[in-house]
Amino acid sequence: MGVTLILLGFIFGSVYNPKSGGMVGIFIAVALWTVLFLVTYSSGSKILLAVSGAKEVTKNVHPQLYNVVEEMKIASGHPFMPKVYIIDSPAPNAFATGLKPDNTAVAVTAGLLTKLNRDELQGVIAHEMSHIVNRDVLFMTVSGIMLGVIVLLSQVFVRSMFYGGIGGRHSKSRDSGQAQIIFLAIAIIFAILAPIAAQLLYFAISRKREYLADASAVRFTRYPEGLASALYKISQSTEELKSANKVTAPMYIANPLKKKGMKLSDLTSTHPPISERIRILRSIAHSADFNAYQNAFSQISGKKTKIIPQAELNDAKPIDIRGASGLPFVGQTQKQVKRNVGDLVMQLNDFSFINCPCGVKLKIPPSYKYKKVKCPRCGREHKG
Amino acid sequence: MIGVIILIAVLALVVLVFVSYYNSLVKLRNQVKNAWSQIDVQLKRRHDLIPNLIETVKGYMTHERETLDSITKARSQAVEAQTVGEKAKAEAELSRSLGKFNLVVENYPDLKANQNFLSLQEELTSTENKISFSRQNYNDQVLFYNNKIQMFPSNIVAGMFKFTEEEFFEIEDEKEKEVPKVSFS
Repeated sequence: MGVTLILLGFIFGSVYNPKSGGMVGIFIAVALWTVLFLVTYSSGSKILLAVSGAKEVTKNVHPQLYNVVEEMKIASGHPFMPKVYIIDSPAPNAFATGLKPDNTAVAVTAGLLTKLNRDELQGVIAHEMSHIVNRDVLFMTVSGIMLGVIVLLSQVFVRSMFYGGIGGRHSKSRDSGQAQIIFLAIAIIFAILAPIAAQLLYFAISRKREYLADASAVRFTRYPEGLASALYKISQSTEELKSANKVTAPMYIANPLKKKGMKLSDLTSTHPPISERIRILRSIAHSADFNAYQNAFSQISGKKTKIIPQAELNDAKPIDIRGASGLPFVGQTQKQVKRNVGDLVMQLNDFSFINCPCGVKLKIPPSYKYKKVKCPRCGREHKG
Repeated sequence: MIGVIILIAVLALVVLVFVSYYNSLVKLRNQVKNAWSQIDVQLKRRHDLIPNLIETVKGYMTHERETLDSITKARSQAVEAQTVGEKAKAEAELSRSLGKFNLVVENYPDLKANQNFLSLQEELTSTENKISFSRQNYNDQVLFYNNKIQMFPSNIVAGMFKFTEEEFFEIEDEKEKEVPKVSFS
């Protein structure tokens, strides 16, 4: 991708000035990328978290979620505890963010907390934790920005060609005129093809990283079924995650932008098809190491691609798979769990609660201005 | 003259190799220590949780004196254990008695509705998980370290500076350590 970017800069620059323009073009392309990267790097994960409306939680607010994150932090050997966030959305999904190892975050939706049991949640968090350990967020940000710059440069170039007509400006001598026409032809082809190629490459990298994160999740939890059944539940849900967009999509555990009838095996998907991920996970039976995942991957997908770096495969030794812990979330019935998580999200969004003696729990939004509030069931008046 | 220079160069090379082996041994030993302290934190956490747990369930489980006593006994043994081997044994015993306790809890629906107990149970489960994950990490580190001590030529450096092999944190029967399968429905 970096090569495409540099080539693009060189060719576009050469069109404007065949002698020295190439270098200037490269300089502009790289400078643009650097500036965008620095802006992203310094703003860190704040933008992504703000866009998705995530609220930070401490151990007191949701001990189980916090514990699971801490467990996976230990299992992955990561030296720093990521911050934990909850997103107010019924669609089950999760993402990891953070460009620096000491400042990372894991965010899960309220829907995920209501739908999954402890083992499944552990699988999802392990997947996110391995994105953090493998530094995928940095990697995807770097290549995402590269993709952005390639698209931007191509657009600017095509438009300037269309309106400006640079052809006549430098045609003082015949030779340079000819060179310019050749460069122009190459540049136009490039301007059309490069963004497409870069995009496909970007998606391919993203998909490979997802497989790697699944493999690491199995190794961390030593329980592939946890992640498999979590993915199944996620794929069965029909809710839509409104806060996700094209840019944030690769960070999530499952593609948040799925549309009805859309085939996820599409080349233009940031995630591998969820059914294939589940089948790979479920075919792992004996060991939770990287070799087992690689073998399962080759068998199910029929591809010879190495998902996991060779050095890791050489070091891997068999790890026993553990049994299910069988623990649900705090609270007994599904309804209760849902209510607990719902209250939690409201609490995070500064709602206040009043317990009416008739048994109704009044939930008062922060925008409520009046001094008194009437209970809808028994009609008692409470202070707002 | 040339002979002297070559001699000095060879000596310098040998010293450099020695230093690098020594440093990598120190680094590995520190990693083992760090991994051990991580287990230790979690073991202590479990020791702290158990009195709370006993206190909470005592009122409900009047017929389970034996189970509760065995937990308390196993805990005090674990607290007193000194070496890695002793600790591993005592902690395994503690895990076993907690496993039995988890089975018995099934007979007490009242207890399972107690919010205090549920959050204690979550803490205990999580601590058990953290122990097993940090144990895995510790054993990995010990393996790297012991390999380095045994293999040539780092074994020479290890012998000279008295780097000794570390014990693994093993639990005799892995099956017994597993949390029993229980279904809540």
